[in-house]
Amino acid sequence: MTEEYLERGYLTLEDLKEKVELPSEERLQSKHPVAVPECPQRIPCTPCKEICPVNAIKMDNPNDIPVVNYDKCIGCSLCVQICPGLAFFMIQYKGDKARVTMPHELLPIPKRGDEVILLNRKGEEVGKGKVVLVIPREKSVGDTPVITVEMPKELAWEVRAIKVVV
Amino acid sequence: MRLEEHPVIDFTKRRGKKVTIYFEGKPIEAYEGEPIAEALHAAGIRVLNYSTEKQRPRGLFCAIGKCSSCLMVVNGIPNTRTCITLVEDGMRVERQRGSQPLPRDYKAPQWKEAEKHYGDIVIIGGGPAGLMAGIKAAEKGAKVLLIDEQPILGGQLVKQTHKFFGKREQFAGVRGIKIAEILADEAKKNGVEIHLETSAIGIFDNNGEKLVVAVEKNKKLHEFHGKAVVVATGAMEKMIPFENNDLPGVYGAGAIQTLMNTYGIEPGKRVLIVGAGNVGVILAYQLKQAGVNVVAIVEAMPRIGAYFVHAAKVRRLGIPIYTRHTILRAEGDGKVERAVVAQIDENWQPIPGTEKVYDVDVIALAVGLRPSIELLHQAGAQITYARELSGYVVRHDERMETTVRGLFVAGDSSGIEEATTAMLEGKIAGLSAALLVGKAPLQVYDEIKKAQKDLEEFRSGPFGKHILEGLKKVMIND
Repeated sequence: MTEEYLERGYLTLEDLKEKVELPSEERLQSKHPVAVPECPQRIPCTPCKEICPVNAIKMDNPNDIPVVNYDKCIGCSLCVQICPGLAFFMIQYKGDKARVTMPHELLPIPKRGDEVILLNRKGEEVGKGKVVLVIPREKSVGDTPVITVEMPKELAWEVRAIKVVV
Repeated sequence: MRLEEHPVIDFTKRRGKKVTIYFEGKPIEAYEGEPIAEALHAAGIRVLNYSTEKQRPRGLFCAIGKCSSCLMVVNGIPNTRTCITLVEDGMRVERQRGSQPLPRDYKAPQWKEAEKHYGDIVIIGGGPAGLMAGIKAAEKGAKVLLIDEQPILGGQLVKQTHKFFGKREQFAGVRGIKIAEILADEAKKNGVEIHLETSAIGIFDNNGEKLVVAVEKNKKLHEFHGKAVVVATGAMEKMIPFENNDLPGVYGAGAIQTLMNTYGIEPGKRVLIVGAGNVGVILAYQLKQAGVNVVAIVEAMPRIGAYFVHAAKVRRLGIPIYTRHTILRAEGDGKVERAVVAQIDENWQPIPGTEKVYDVDVIALAVGLRPSIELLHQAGAQITYARELSGYVVRHDERMETTVRGLFVAGDSSGIEEATTAMLEGKIAGLSAALLVGKAPLQVYDEIKKAQKDLEEFRSGPFGKHILEGLKKVMIND
């Protein structure tokens, strides 16, 4: 198993496919978004598993990596809100668009409808997207604002952060 | 420069009344509740003293009262640790030049004037380990006296804006600053007697009982009497050798967190971070949250030492991490203006031609911590070296008792680990101390066992492996 991601500090899509099985095309197109953990390393951490209301996250030992049962997942985003490593994301396909839900702990917090710059896992600008949902800090169970951004479908597995232009 | 907006912390609520201090005669605006060195930094003053031998300018380094890099003359008194001494209206502050004498008319505090306090357990250190020890012992009915040299309870948690790992019952998913508040409230609710701005200077045996001698605000002597002592004095930052590593602007990672997250002061405009362990990458993220530019993180090891998820957080914000790179030197006239880094080969030698120069005003050292064991050492506890625990540590048993009967240890002072394990160790030490002083029923063993099991579980992954290796060298087996 390749551990190069520990030298780089980010996962490539190939790493992700190898370490975390991705949801099926069909699941991604269903009416609920699906949570995907980008948490490939064994660390002692369990809040995602503890908060999941439908027990969709499997983790036998606190040091195990979380494995999401994508069929059970209802796309509620609680894991995205609580994850201390900010490593949970949600993906949903809508026609030729995709919606990616991610934590955002920087100022400014964008508003619904704002156009934002999309960043990939190494912080490169890869396009623009539109904010479709904002869960503010005070409504987040994990004290972390969570935003959902609509973008071209082909960027769904690349974009993991945003830059708000003021 | 002060920070006004922050995604996690509301500084306007934290700042006290405006006061004026006089730096070398010049009035400086400060806020009540903030230490002198921090207030000076906000006013753009970074040089705090000049070294004895070569009169080199020196500034902050640890900002938690441990390193002596911030000594100044305050109201005529030299050697004042300005990073933990709070401002007072009208205070006179001067740069110290080498060693300076006390004023002629200075009256040293007298032993016979020491204020005496009596309890069952004395706890030194009000961070996650000490607070948890205090809460647990007080819950069982022990009278607990807790002293800490900082002006605020919570230890290093007070500057951690990120959420902690572990299980939710261990505060996983809660920000450090919030955990500090919860623990401090809990300690007060349980009747723990708290003495802040009070530094323990010695632990003595007093006819089979314990005596902790301490100094409050550099002037008032105190005696704390009890039957058991828990030492939870944390750790201090390591330094690495490189040219100009004493230039003002070369700060310990924790000092930067203190400036920006505890007191809302901008540490600088552009920062280079040395070290990609958890502290280094978390610092990068926190700087970004405070709106400060991080130019890069350099790491001498071939791999990032931090939890991957912490590293991924900063990478996706565009902060580069260069492994197998080190800092060669700091440059600047009286303050950091540039940092020169280079790639290193297998023998840790810089590779010629790979130098990169960054224009930065702060160089953050996140190169590890070492346990603060001075008081344990002085009290006669057996010390041993454990590389895995980051230095010299005290030997202890499963109940966190050292080789000195009634002297307990918890948290980073027993080996560098995490706040989560510090709290678990604090729980064990507090309960065990309560048992020893006859304040807890035997059933408390079940609680101790649960905490021991939680520790074992927490350490069962790859990150806990080296801790367990270190503990093998340290543990006293009954």
